[in-house]
Amino acid sequence: MRSFTYERPATPAAAAAAVAGNPGARFIAGGTNLLDLMKLQIETPAHLVDVNGLGLDRIEPTAEGGLRIGALVRNTDLAADPRVRKDYAVLSRALLAGASGQLRNKATTAGNLLQRTRCPYFYDTAQPCNKRQPGSGCAALDGVSRQLAVIGASEACIATHPGDMAVAMRVLDARVETVDAKGSERAIPIADFHRLPGDRPELDTTLRPGELITAVTLPRPLGGTHVYRKVRDRASYAFALVSVAAVVQRDGTGRAAFGGLAHKPWRVEAAEADLAKGAKRAAAGILAGAKPTPDNAFKLKLAERTLGAALNQARA
Amino acid sequence: MKFDTPAGTNPIDQLKVVGRATDRIDGKYKTTGTAPYAYERHDVAPNQAYGYVLGAGIAKGRVRAIDAGAATRAPGVLAVVTTLDTPKLGLGRMNYATLFGGAEIQHYHQAIAVVVAETFEQARAAAFLVRVDYAPEAGRFDLAAEAKSAKPVGAGSGEGSGSGAEDRTGDFEGAFARAPVTLDETYTTPDESHAMMEPHATVAAWQGDKLTLWTSNQMIAWGKESVAKIFGIPKENVRLDSPYVGGGFGGKLFVRADAVLAALGARAAGRPVKVALTRPLVANNTTHRPATLQRVRIGATKDGVITAIAHESTSGNLPEGRPETAVDQTKLLYAGANRLTAMRLAHLDLPEGNAMRAPGEAPGLMALEIAMDEMAEKLGLDPVEFRIRNDTQVDPGKPERPFSHRDLVGCLRLGADRFGWARRNPTPGQVRDGHWLVGVGMAAGFRNNLLTKSGARVRLDRAGTVTVETDMTDIGTGSYTIIAQTAAEMMGLPLDRVVVRLGDSDHPASAGSGGQWGANNATAGVYAACVKLREAVAQRLGINSADAVFADGEVRSGNRAVPLGEAAAQGGLSAEDTIEYGDLSKKQQQSTFAGHFVEVGVDVDTAEVRVRRMLAVCAAGRILNPKSARSQVIGGMTMGVGAALMEELAVDKRRGFFVNHDLAGYEVPVHADIPHQEVVFLDEVDPMSSPMKAKGVGELGLCGVGAALANAVYNATGVRVRDYPLTLDKLLDRMPDAA
Amino acid sequence: MSRRELVAGASAAAALTTLPTRAGAAIAAADTPVMAKVALTVNGQRRDLDLDTRTSLLDAAREHLHLTGSKKGCDHGQCGACTMIVDGRRINACLTLAVMHQGAEITTIEGLGQPDNLHPMQAAFVKHDGYQCGYCTPGQICSGVAVLAEIKAGIPSHVTADLAAAPAVTEAEIRERMSGNLCRCGAYSNIVEAMTEVAGRQA
Repeated sequence: MRSFTYERPATPAAAAAAVAGNPGARFIAGGTNLLDLMKLQIETPAHLVDVNGLGLDRIEPTAEGGLRIGALVRNTDLAADPRVRKDYAVLSRALLAGASGQLRNKATTAGNLLQRTRCPYFYDTAQPCNKRQPGSGCAALDGVSRQLAVIGASEACIATHPGDMAVAMRVLDARVETVDAKGSERAIPIADFHRLPGDRPELDTTLRPGELITAVTLPRPLGGTHVYRKVRDRASYAFALVSVAAVVQRDGTGRAAFGGLAHKPWRVEAAEADLAKGAKRAAAGILAGAKPTPDNAFKLKLAERTLGAALNQARA
Repeated sequence: MKFDTPAGTNPIDQLKVVGRATDRIDGKYKTTGTAPYAYERHDVAPNQAYGYVLGAGIAKGRVRAIDAGAATRAPGVLAVVTTLDTPKLGLGRMNYATLFGGAEIQHYHQAIAVVVAETFEQARAAAFLVRVDYAPEAGRFDLAAEAKSAKPVGAGSGEGSGSGAEDRTGDFEGAFARAPVTLDETYTTPDESHAMMEPHATVAAWQGDKLTLWTSNQMIAWGKESVAKIFGIPKENVRLDSPYVGGGFGGKLFVRADAVLAALGARAAGRPVKVALTRPLVANNTTHRPATLQRVRIGATKDGVITAIAHESTSGNLPEGRPETAVDQTKLLYAGANRLTAMRLAHLDLPEGNAMRAPGEAPGLMALEIAMDEMAEKLGLDPVEFRIRNDTQVDPGKPERPFSHRDLVGCLRLGADRFGWARRNPTPGQVRDGHWLVGVGMAAGFRNNLLTKSGARVRLDRAGTVTVETDMTDIGTGSYTIIAQTAAEMMGLPLDRVVVRLGDSDHPASAGSGGQWGANNATAGVYAACVKLREAVAQRLGINSADAVFADGEVRSGNRAVPLGEAAAQGGLSAEDTIEYGDLSKKQQQSTFAGHFVEVGVDVDTAEVRVRRMLAVCAAGRILNPKSARSQVIGGMTMGVGAALMEELAVDKRRGFFVNHDLAGYEVPVHADIPHQEVVFLDEVDPMSSPMKAKGVGELGLCGVGAALANAVYNATGVRVRDYPLTLDKLLDRMPDAA
Repeated sequence: MSRRELVAGASAAAALTTLPTRAGAAIAAADTPVMAKVALTVNGQRRDLDLDTRTSLLDAAREHLHLTGSKKGCDHGQCGACTMIVDGRRINACLTLAVMHQGAEITTIEGLGQPDNLHPMQAAFVKHDGYQCGYCTPGQICSGVAVLAEIKAGIPSHVTADLAAAPAVTEAEIRERMSGNLCRCGAYSNIVEAMTEVAGRQA
């Protein structure tokens, strides 16, 4: 871990300004991923801007009948919020399926969106990795890739977004609100927030340098039955092989987003019309164009069957 | 004390303290965080500096150059010791990859430098400034590919099991060819990591030529000898102290890089240095359980009598390394006149393969006991009945040699009864509970009991307190408590009048912790020392030792009753002895036995396997402390769940290393994976084992569990998986269509 | 309070005057430790520390306060051995910086009970043999105490069947919630028994 200076600004704009003018600066909130990576010198900030004191820790109703979740709301609090449990249960379920109680107590809403891949080669600084060190190559392509992406990947990177929360937010059409150093705000649809790797795998998201996430907003409740089905080798405290966030209405229509398949939560709206016709049909559209490795080809069948399980659970 | 005739009645048989479920005497320290582990010994040496170890970034080749300039100049840095500054060090006992020194890289994350600084943060930061120039070489990393060129090798595991390159009894090929029912299948087990919770750690301090290591090590006497060998210094100049060990499972049988680099760092910095291996280094820097390819062939008569049995195993290791002795139990577990076991060893350039909990038997039974399940099905026999039908009371390869005590049948019968085995549906894939396919499976467990000499010193003070000193370690096994129970029983004291001091190489050398030999041998050593102390007490009190009764804190003889402490009124009494063994274990085979029963649910959609019930019935001689012995068994069962369902060091076959080298990537079972576990100990003693009449249980709990689980998965789904771990991807293609 | 409170305190003055906060690259090149003052309340006692900003809360306790009960098993949030209760919540002390906890109330295993004055959870672990090597044990116990409080507070878990209802103390709830604490010795079954007993006594 490189030495760093540390400050605790008082307002979001000041925080954004502190990072925007300083290429070596990073925000720190829960720190559960950033510090992990700093210990391995995968992240080497020279200045940390602690945003925990910014007061962005409230969950409030929006004028449109949705919910505005402060960037610093802890995963535990978000999952336990009565409004989230009642109207956005898929989000509660996704959060509770992730990490451990200790990590959820610390991890924040914004930080969770920004967590970096768990590709083992990204984590091993002796190995080539285009995400960690652009241009160095990708060891995962011909290496161990059981956990890695089957769709939307590139020749440069087959990493996955490891999170659960973002998958639920994707199915709920959340928007990510930000502020920059000049104080200007914008709202990024969650679909556009995470990137596919392409030839710039070092970029996980479309955030601009210094842009600070202030909140995530959820639109009006969708109703229906909410399911988050996470599949992993051990029963808890593990990243998903495949996960499905689904909201299914009484008439069988619905939405579904997938974790564990791609560099971002994977959702194909065009294929959702087929959900009422069953998992096999819908999965064919959702997974069209998949290019798995021999190690992870099983994820295609697993995704289809997990979707089936989620739909069955929703209709039970 | 020489133990060369079967044990008669002795004071241990009173069972006033021994044999009773007893809370651990170290429990109040462990639960309050006051038990000191190696890296926490702030008190033992002043002014400790911090060492941070750097591992090689290639799997094979040479270090051409190391530029440590920037690291040396970094703030707080006291010394940088690189492998190029250091001549290749000697090898410690039972290790064969160089821990440090010289330009050659034998495996990934082999230590190449230690950076010593005033603080941990400074040492860690400076370590990343060390620049290394490598000359990589091609290596061999794929066991399946190298298996073709593997050579026949006979060897021991170093922890008891062992086998020849090829061992035969009768005519296996002929009998197998003639057998009306046969099985010929191949099974694989992956590389596994010990993944103990405390990473390898050491505080090192030099006083002139004398080196003290406060470390985390299972085998203190081996360690002392190894440190002397590695550094080329006299044994007398080395002291190891390891009173608490945060798990080992075989990974801390040996001196590792933490100890070596703490010592080198301390010499370079001129002050005490402490080093812990970082978690990402542990998997590749230290040892692991090697992967195996196993072929099992069984031939039987139509009524299920085995006439031919063969078990062959191929594993890989560095040159000079040993094979995984996965065939050993097959020599002894079942009857059959015609037998073959064989081992082959391939040269691999992966990290050093070595002992992990039940080396040999753990992976061997994972194969053999699936094969037995498959064979039972072919025969149309219940798997419990098939095993009972092929029980043997003698070593099948040497029928003149009986087992000292063998009640595998008792384990299986009682286990079947307790588990409700009779309700099992023998047709796979028939039982459904919601979205779960439910199945049950069983397997036999087997592990030899090993006798090895063990010493202890006991002292009596005038307060009537007995202090036991031995270099025996407690790695979670409960050594503190059973040693205290032994001394209390022998000296007629309550448990709280016994003090136990462990893990110091200045104490008499013990059996140490490995190969499930610790409990029986270490307590037998304490028994021997206590016999001497009793004699000394009787002499001091002028009592004929043959008449003396030690009970309730008193020594009684006829009408006379004297408080024990009075024997030390004119000064403390001390006695030291070592238990040594004759040839009893050669004349009779000493082994431990278990019946493992498991119920699983397999998700009908996703093929996730979750364990619902587990039972082990164990026959392992006298159980010294049923509470901690039970914990040893459930711990083994838990590790068996890991081995069956999730644990696998993932090999990058191009780059030559274990990719998932942390506790997020290498998954071990968590709370949610483990149901309530039941353990039953058969009430038995084995007078051939020692005066304690006990045998080991520390590894038995693991032996066979994996196969019982795999057999349960088959019973649940009808899918037979022969490649561990049984992850869902291996089941998914063959699962019944989801409803 | 100033708009941008510089927490890197007076003791870092030398470093800070030569290396203004916006000159991150210059600091990184020199890698001079940046010191900061932090005051924590640990087990009810105020502790003032002057720390390298890189110091984790875990290392602050283990190396600076010599409270070594909290263990370092992985240093990456993968094992739970470092679990402490900070401002009423259990966290992985290895994955947070000490300087981020100015004024925090911290309970470590040493604060729950002592060898001759065991906390009920510690006593239950001894009684049920909820440990073996002991290395994960302080983390398990801190987590165990916090888990029962979380259930009482109505915080749901992955296995809570009905998100609308208050969770109950069941074995399944305990197992799921304790899954962030690895025990390689495999004492899980006994730990669940210990926690169930303590929960029963509390109810």
